[in-house]
Amino acid sequence: MPGVLVITESKDGKLKKVSREALTIGNQLAASAVSDMGGLVSSEAAAGEAGRYGAKKVYVADLGPYDTETYTAAVVKVIREMQPAVVLFTGTSNGRDLAPRVAARLGVGVASDVDRLEWVDGKLRARRPVYAGRAFATVEVTGMPAIATTRPNAFPLEDVGGGAPEVVNVVADAADRRVKLVETKVPEAGELTIAEADIIVSGGRGLKEAANFSYIRDLAHAIGGAVGASRATVDAGWIDHHHQVGQTGRVVSPNLYIAAGVSGAIQHLAGMSSSKHIVAINKDPEAPIFRVADLGIVGDLFQILPALTEEVKKAKAH
Amino acid sequence: MNSVVCISHVPDTESRIKIAGTKIDEAGLKFIVSPYDEFALEEAIRLKEKSGGDVTVVTFGPERAQQGLREALARGATKALHVKGESSDADSLGIAKVLAAAIRSVPHEVVFLGKQGVGTDNGLVGPMLAELLGYPQVNVVTHLEIADGKLTAHREIEGAEEVLETTTPAVVTAQKGLNEPRYSSLKGIMAAKKIAIDVKTVADLGLDEQDIYQQRVVVVTLELPPEKTGGRKIDGADAGAAAREILKYIKDEVKAL
Repeated sequence: MPGVLVITESKDGKLKKVSREALTIGNQLAASAVSDMGGLVSSEAAAGEAGRYGAKKVYVADLGPYDTETYTAAVVKVIREMQPAVVLFTGTSNGRDLAPRVAARLGVGVASDVDRLEWVDGKLRARRPVYAGRAFATVEVTGMPAIATTRPNAFPLEDVGGGAPEVVNVVADAADRRVKLVETKVPEAGELTIAEADIIVSGGRGLKEAANFSYIRDLAHAIGGAVGASRATVDAGWIDHHHQVGQTGRVVSPNLYIAAGVSGAIQHLAGMSSSKHIVAINKDPEAPIFRVADLGIVGDLFQILPALTEEVKKAKAH
Repeated sequence: MNSVVCISHVPDTESRIKIAGTKIDEAGLKFIVSPYDEFALEEAIRLKEKSGGDVTVVTFGPERAQQGLREALARGATKALHVKGESSDADSLGIAKVLAAAIRSVPHEVVFLGKQGVGTDNGLVGPMLAELLGYPQVNVVTHLEIADGKLTAHREIEGAEEVLETTTPAVVTAQKGLNEPRYSSLKGIMAAKKIAIDVKTVADLGLDEQDIYQQRVVVVTLELPPEKTGGRKIDGADAGAAAREILKYIKDEVKAL
């Protein structure tokens, strides 16, 4: 029976937030298609969690650390078993590495980095950014299955309190791994990345010098957000490119985006304008960033940011 | 060590986009080699400079795509192959099939691409190509070493970096930070003019046009981002008051804190 299969990712035995978002939209799609949702997880514990998010049948495959071809083989095996109409992967590094390999093996297409998904007239419809976020395309994914990768933070979470699902254990092929993982380096241990953060605080040239990113970091730490940066500051060597928002083609969709000293070049706006709430602080009232801000403050970030950081700390203390 | 670099020709990332139906209006638009492909090309050229061999740059696209190939040759690619066709009418799998067919006859140990083409921004062609060629893939690479058939790459993932090893032939997709792409020199541009671009059609590669242009992902609408309305601007001269206003917004509207 055609259904929706969600390929999940876990961390420490629990489903990652992005996977719970994918299960939520997957469940809604399955309901519109009058079918069921299945999941692929890496442990029995995660299977129960997937069930709470609506999965009726969960395939458990403990495949070890991520490896493209090992995971591709397992996912294809499950797809051939379940024959879903739709397969959702999360738009994470691993999801975006895996989905196209699976699609090419099956001879189908993929809608990547989608922020809207609907089941319309028996087809999967998705919305995704194109031309470095300067436009949005609504696409129909034909073929069986229709595959999409979901953008982190773009879909809300809903624990629907589903019951325990049927669990099927999948045995992975023991093929040799052609790509060996030698080491995982964590450069800034504990820092939130802009790709998955709910809140991003970004700094631009208005900070005047590299050391002033401390104003951004202080607020980001107080509010529990990630540190973002404009391309100008990255090019100037003030901060690592991992923080760059408006990195060509990378679109972020946090719940809250606070931009300080960012003028709002086309590339930056394209990268963050789909944030749900945007606050901009800039001393130039004509700065383009104000065109997309929900709340714009014309003022001195060196005064306002510390004041805001204090307010946030006070609010959190209660 | 021979390599292939697959490039795409895309609108300049700083320019405004205009829409014409379900495609962009190309009139007056400047096209460039897709930014991530530049890192891929630079890496291939550096490997050639270190270990010799050919760097063959390949593209599937309309007539204007040859400008991208010329730029690549001017920077140091040694051969160029243009598969002529309306690549924008094909989806990523169609494009990957064309590239796979084109590459099979070119001697290579590594196939380089940018991690995504800044047109459709799908990020699919690299991995799909790897699957079609039956090669291992390493994506979003920020550091690469190749010697004697062994490839060591740093792959960027969320908040971390993986150090991976594999053997050639392999597909590598480039991320910003892999290297600093060079500019083409006048000398390079002049030398590039002497290199003939090999032009083929989809049919020349023995492919079924219907299959290549079969749109597995169909664009139904193409729109500019919605104009933001309802935004308000306030005077932040009183920093304390401004901070309280922002906090109120975060509590009431954003419902965070």
